[in-house]
Amino acid sequence: MTSVLYDVPGPRARARNRMLTAIGAVVVLGLVALALWRLSVNDQLDGDRWSVLFDPRTDVPQAIGNALVRTLRVAVLGMIAATVLGALLAIGRLSDRAWVRRPVTVVVEFFRAVPLLLLILFSFIFLPALGTPISPFAALLLGLVLYNMAVLAEIFRSGILSVDRGQWESAYALGMSKSQVMTTVLLPQAVRRMLPVLIAQLVVLLKDTSLGYIVTYSELLRTSRGLVEFFGNTYSFQFYVAAAIVYIAVNVLISSIARLVERRTRKNRKVKATAPVALPDTPTATGQAV
Amino acid sequence: MSVLIDNLPLLLRGFWMTLVLSVLGALGAVVLGTLLAALRVSPSAPLRGLGYLYVELLRNTPLTVVFFFMAFGLPQLDLALPNFFLSGLLALVLYTSAFVCEAIRSGINAVPPGQAEAARALGMPFGQVIGQVVLPQAVRTVIPPLGNVWIALVKNSSIASAFAVTELTAVLTRLSNQTAGALVAIGAGVTIGYLIITLPSGYVVSRFERRLAVLR
Repeated sequence: MTSVLYDVPGPRARARNRMLTAIGAVVVLGLVALALWRLSVNDQLDGDRWSVLFDPRTDVPQAIGNALVRTLRVAVLGMIAATVLGALLAIGRLSDRAWVRRPVTVVVEFFRAVPLLLLILFSFIFLPALGTPISPFAALLLGLVLYNMAVLAEIFRSGILSVDRGQWESAYALGMSKSQVMTTVLLPQAVRRMLPVLIAQLVVLLKDTSLGYIVTYSELLRTSRGLVEFFGNTYSFQFYVAAAIVYIAVNVLISSIARLVERRTRKNRKVKATAPVALPDTPTATGQAV
Repeated sequence: MSVLIDNLPLLLRGFWMTLVLSVLGALGAVVLGTLLAALRVSPSAPLRGLGYLYVELLRNTPLTVVFFFMAFGLPQLDLALPNFFLSGLLALVLYTSAFVCEAIRSGINAVPPGQAEAARALGMPFGQVIGQVVLPQAVRTVIPPLGNVWIALVKNSSIASAFAVTELTAVLTRLSNQTAGALVAIGAGVTIGYLIITLPSGYVVSRFERRLAVLR
């Protein structure tokens, strides 16, 4: 099988590849050995350091579990609110009336261009100054919703625009009004096609909940930091690795669900009239739909 | 308004720090990301696995956790960096390089294999196939995702403010004990600082995307 970079390997290329594989194995093993050596030199591989993570008597597994639940809570609430608002904004951005379209476009472009941390900090600092006290949970939720509704608005809009024009042309020919076309013809197909991208955006949102650390919301990262401060610096590496592993495990799980949904969507009859969309490969911590 | 003028040096210093973090981070991320992409497309399976592991690890970890490791985890391994700016920069570079690698890889895979097959059939050596045929076409596909990664990097640099780097967002937290009206002015100033960088970049990226769509 030829690929863009390599032709089918002949005998010399096969020998070269074997040598490269051997060198690669040596390099990887060397890196692993180096990492393990550095870790053991600093006594990071001691069993009693790692046992504190799994011992229920120290309350550490419970604390991490509760923190994960709090993280998931803000993530799920934020996703639901952002989805509803994002759909509304997407419809508004596609409106025929300029007095709806222009302000909505400004709002969406504004919230997409501003860092998420700035939104969260501004809600956390500004609203109390106005007299309304705000909890860290609410400030984090507000910032997450404002940011992700703009990102999801763009996702929904590209989904709606990816529906074949034959669909809405025939809907209009049947005499449907704009809102009927939108709600009964365009949105269902768009949402079905965009579902994997939405699930991938949930991964981004989960990562962004870690910003709750900065506004003192006790999500996973802040709890890990608190555990480090409680148990002392000797355990700091272990706690951070534990937090990282939990994040990675949850995100890999959700990403595989997104890939599964994407594969099933491709074969689904009900999305035949929409253009296929690739899962965004380049979303980052503060969210960016491609 | 007066609070903005009073704090203008601080705002400008924060804006400059954001710009420095973003540009240096982008350069480092592009270099490391290209190296990672080379690892991921290499014919050697262990190197491919190494690249895949790195990318999956860093794409699924929040940037804040990466910052934590660089600022507080590295000293535990006797690898402490001299100041918080460097550890913040390293965190940004490591994190963004994973996305740069994926963008470059998708760009290379987007080139039709027939192009490379024809080039090889014409007798071009590997260097010429890559340099004259594959890379020019790959670059066209790679620019919009890289533009998005750049914009995201500028916004991600705001997280450095929580790790002792005085960039734009840190200006907001520094001046947070003001009246509501002054806060709005400072918030507007900080926001405008970010918009100065992200809005033109977003405009350039969408212009490029439109040009690409026409070409296809």
